[in-house]
Amino acid sequence: MSNPQRLLIVGNGPVGHQFLESIVESGKAGNFDITVIGEEPRAAYDRVHLTAWFETRQAESLNMVAEGFYANNGIKAQTSEKVVSIDRAAKVATTDLGNTYPYDKLILSTGSYPFVPPVPGHDRENCFVYRTIEDLEAITAAAQNAKVGAVVGGGLLGLEAAKAIMDLGLQTHVIEFAPRLMAVQVDDGGGNLLRRKIEDLGVKVHTQKNTQNIGDGENCLHKLSFADGEELETDILVFSAGIRPQDALAHQCALEVGQRGGIVINNNCQTSDDDIYAIGECALWNQRIFGLIAPGWDMARVAADHVLGGIEGKQFNGADMSTKLKLMGVDVASIGDAHANTPGAKSYTYINEQTEVYKKIVVSEDGKHLLGSVLVGDAEDYGNLLQFALNKIELPEHPEAMILPNLDGSASVGLGVDALPDVAQICSCNNVSKGDICAAVQGGAMTVGDLKACTKAATTCGGCTALVGQVLNAELTKLGVEVNTDLCEHFPYTRQEIYHLVRVGEIKTFDELISKHGKGKGCDICKPTAASIFASCWNDYILETSHAGLQDTNDRFLANMQNNGTFSVVPRMAGGEVTPDGLIAVGSVAKKYNLYTKITGGQRVDLFGATVDQLPLIWKELIDAGFESGHAYGKSLRTVKSCVGSTWCRYGVQDSVGQAIDLENRYKGLRSPHKLKMAVSGCTRECAEAQSKDVGVIATEKGWNLYLCGNGGMKPRHADLFASDIDTATLIKYVDRFLMFYVRTADRLQRTSVWMENLEGGLDYLRKVIIDDSLGICDELEAEMQHVINSYQCEWKTTIENEEKVKQFRSFVNAEQGDKEIVFVQERGQIRPATDEEKRLNSNLIAVAS
Amino acid sequence: MSWTTVCSLDDILPNAGVAALVNDTQIALFRVDDKVYALANKDPFSNANVLSRGIVGNLQDTLVVASPIYKQHFSLEAGTCLEDDTVSVPCYAARTEGGLVQVQI
Ligand code: SRM
Ligand SMILES: Cc1cc2nc3c(=O)[nH]c(=O)nc-3n(C[C@H](O)[C@H](O)[C@H](O)COP(=O)(O)OP(=O)(O)OC[C@H]3O[C@@H](n4cnc5c(N)ncnc54)[C@H](O)[C@@H]3O)c2cc1C
Ligand code: SF4
Ligand code: FES
Repeated sequence: MSNPQRLLIVGNGPVGHQFLESIVESGKAGNFDITVIGEEPRAAYDRVHLTAWFETRQAESLNMVAEGFYANNGIKAQTSEKVVSIDRAAKVATTDLGNTYPYDKLILSTGSYPFVPPVPGHDRENCFVYRTIEDLEAITAAAQNAKVGAVVGGGLLGLEAAKAIMDLGLQTHVIEFAPRLMAVQVDDGGGNLLRRKIEDLGVKVHTQKNTQNIGDGENCLHKLSFADGEELETDILVFSAGIRPQDALAHQCALEVGQRGGIVINNNCQTSDDDIYAIGECALWNQRIFGLIAPGWDMARVAADHVLGGIEGKQFNGADMSTKLKLMGVDVASIGDAHANTPGAKSYTYINEQTEVYKKIVVSEDGKHLLGSVLVGDAEDYGNLLQFALNKIELPEHPEAMILPNLDGSASVGLGVDALPDVAQICSCNNVSKGDICAAVQGGAMTVGDLKACTKAATTCGGCTALVGQVLNAELTKLGVEVNTDLCEHFPYTRQEIYHLVRVGEIKTFDELISKHGKGKGCDICKPTAASIFASCWNDYILETSHAGLQDTNDRFLANMQNNGTFSVVPRMAGGEVTPDGLIAVGSVAKKYNLYTKITGGQRVDLFGATVDQLPLIWKELIDAGFESGHAYGKSLRTVKSCVGSTWCRYGVQDSVGQAIDLENRYKGLRSPHKLKMAVSGCTRECAEAQSKDVGVIATEKGWNLYLCGNGGMKPRHADLFASDIDTATLIKYVDRFLMFYVRTADRLQRTSVWMENLEGGLDYLRKVIIDDSLGICDELEAEMQHVINSYQCEWKTTIENEEKVKQFRSFVNAEQGDKEIVFVQERGQIRPATDEEKRLNSNLIAVAS
Repeated sequence: MSWTTVCSLDDILPNAGVAALVNDTQIALFRVDDKVYALANKDPFSNANVLSRGIVGNLQDTLVVASPIYKQHFSLEAGTCLEDDTVSVPCYAARTEGGLVQVQI
């Protein structure tokens, strides 16, 4: 066999890595002797998500190279080594370490470097760029001793850098030479709105500023002087004034380069030397540099195919530069000819200053085709519009309908995914077409997760996720696969449908429900769901004989079961307020029954370690002392946290404690699809963390701001501002309607956060339903809530007053004793469950107090 | 083996369970449509004596109780765990005689 071909890849960034992956995927890696050389101290990482480094500050989380990738495929990878010259005649590359690497085919994937304007002082201390993990590490270190940060450049990357600096806690400035932000992608209207939104976040934006000198500051490290005579002081400076193709090697070995840089390539990605390819941001195709990842990956696939002998005959034919991003939490998208440069192009613009949304579409002279678009503040239409533009789909008669809000609640003018041709590119990052997705579905993919795994669609920028889901569902429907949303094997309905069956049919028991609408005996999915719906609708006592067996673990015993089979006891302390006598009462009960005592994250006290037979005794004492159930066990209202508010706090503008107590007393006992949490803060300092709650209320000078659908937990979500400066009556009205609408329509165990994320039309739709009563159901919702409020009972009070019910709390039906296997040990002056090890060693075990 | 009388049928709520102590063994008794079933009360996944507190029902053709702690399902008629066939709980014969519940241990 002849010697294997030597492939040398210079530059181990995302594009160089894609080249290697393409070779490996072809199954022919064994035919080559492959070496990749990178100048950075680590192998390829995900530069697109560079900013995510701040989340973990671990370089590992951005790594793109699967474990064993190099070793398993016989690839030699060098890090921290830079190629400094290429001898094309001898076909050998030399590095800064003095090593030489001969090659048969050379791939240049050297990317680009940030342009730093040659302003005097640009190389002072604490002046950075934003390109590598090392850059971010240096910025983070410098931020520790800094108060002010400034970014030179208001483009896409500049705003991303500004966000990072803001998140590091610095007062942040963005300095832009052009009259608007993101001058390349958006027009004046969009730029102005973007500026407003970003300034709302506290970032200062300076446009039309030409920096002429950087010198010593008086209050900060640097002082920037601008051409118009103004000045700005800052401790940290980040340059983000554009990128330049890294073409130094091409100059050195005399490959053809463009006038303004970039290594010239043909449709095979070959340079002026047939044995040398250039791909990614260093390459110049048709006079164009592509500063995005997707075209780079395309080039990598083309070059790999060509090196392999052109098996698939791939060609690089340019790329679409449309983008959708979230910049500082603001959705921004730009498609095609955003500036209406095409002769005869006409545009339509929609501006809503109230909700801060800007949308523009650019259509062809004859009005038939979409040429471009700019979206700021709401980029939901991006996927649809992009498909119209890319596939030249004929526009509807009134194209403006595509960006106008549909106030009458009718379906929005979009395009059914059926209208798309099979070649339509759905995921541009990973070059996945509608046909690819349909093929994968035919091959067995059933969920977006499956599709991500087998096609890579939606795994990079995520902008295509919604569209991928639509194609999936359409294809599944076509294949006759019902997208199964049945609650469980006993009910062919969703939770929402069962709710309606119960409400409309006035069904009061599980037996009636399953005999009319289900089959079998039920299970631990449908029984608690039905129990919760009965409680939301009719609010009967949940331990009623017909209901008791339906209740989930904790509801069945009105207490949270712990890992050793004991229970916890949480009395309600509305708003976190408790009297000294109340505290003493809780303390004496805990002492008497030897319970472990802890302050919860919900501003109340939890008593742990009660056995089932102790529960009624404990609750009797607590109720006598004036407490009631805290429903810590239910999928129901938990706590309404409060801050101390205007009564004591020097900043408070309203009585947040009073409001929290009123809310808690109003909604206590309401059963819902999942637990509900609320909080009220007395001013904008937000000490009650209301924005992390399902319902958050923050006092303003004029009333209250209402936030909805926030969540802590596994996947935190900040609540959305729903209404501002409303009075208490309006607040209650909105919360009543909101909660009942959620109870009606959510899936089982779906928190309001996830419900909102899945709500078609999102926050705007919710506003229409709740504020404008667009569905005409608000009277019903309020009446349903009133019924729940009127029929509230403390379940523990009802229980201890009923001898038959108290009997349900015996440890054994036939013996007057407790579970002897429940034992504790002492720790920090209180009990805790003994571990198996401790039980075995029988060391210092404490039995249950009786 | 002889039958031990444990309690009356009325002591168990329909389609629910109770714990009982028979010869120092903790058992879980379930009542489904007026038939009774008996398993050990100890949940093998948490080692807590809690199976009697689980929700009963059926999965396909098997009558089951779901452990209240980590929600695995155990067959009421065989004690086998539906999620993990290497795990099962002891299962006892049970019957009703004149409104009384009896088990064999
Ligand atoms: C006791 C407490 C921890 C503490 O000692 O502080 C607690 C304890 C439990 N939490 Fe929690 N959570 C407690 C506050 C919280 C908070 C903080 C808060 O409410 O401000 C959160 C995050 C906020 C949020 O929910 O958005 C919280 C997020 C969770 C989650 C995740 C929910 C999510 O949507 O991701 C679960 C799991 C679940 O509910 O499915 C959970 C579940 C649980 C359960 C019920 C787990 C279980 O099934 O056994 C724990 C048992 C409670 C018990 O035995 O009494 N707990 N839990 C807190 C009780 C507060 C209270 O007074 O009622
Ligand atoms: C903060 C940030 C956010 C971004 N966001 C997006 C986005 O949302 N969407 C998008 O499409 N794109 C985005 N990009 C752009 C994207 O990261 C680039 O398109 C992509 O990294 C280009 O890949 P590349 O492999 O061509 O170049 P690079 O990633 O620059 O990799 C080139 C590598 O080659 C090395 N190298 C250069 N010369 C030599 C030499 N002589 N010897 C050895 N090694 C050498 C370099 O050190 C570097 O490691 C973003 C970029 C940044 C910085
Ligand atoms: S949120 Fe405002 S009113 Fe409440 S405690 Fe904090 S600073 Fe005081
Ligand atoms: S378009 Fe970016 S992940 Fe699909």
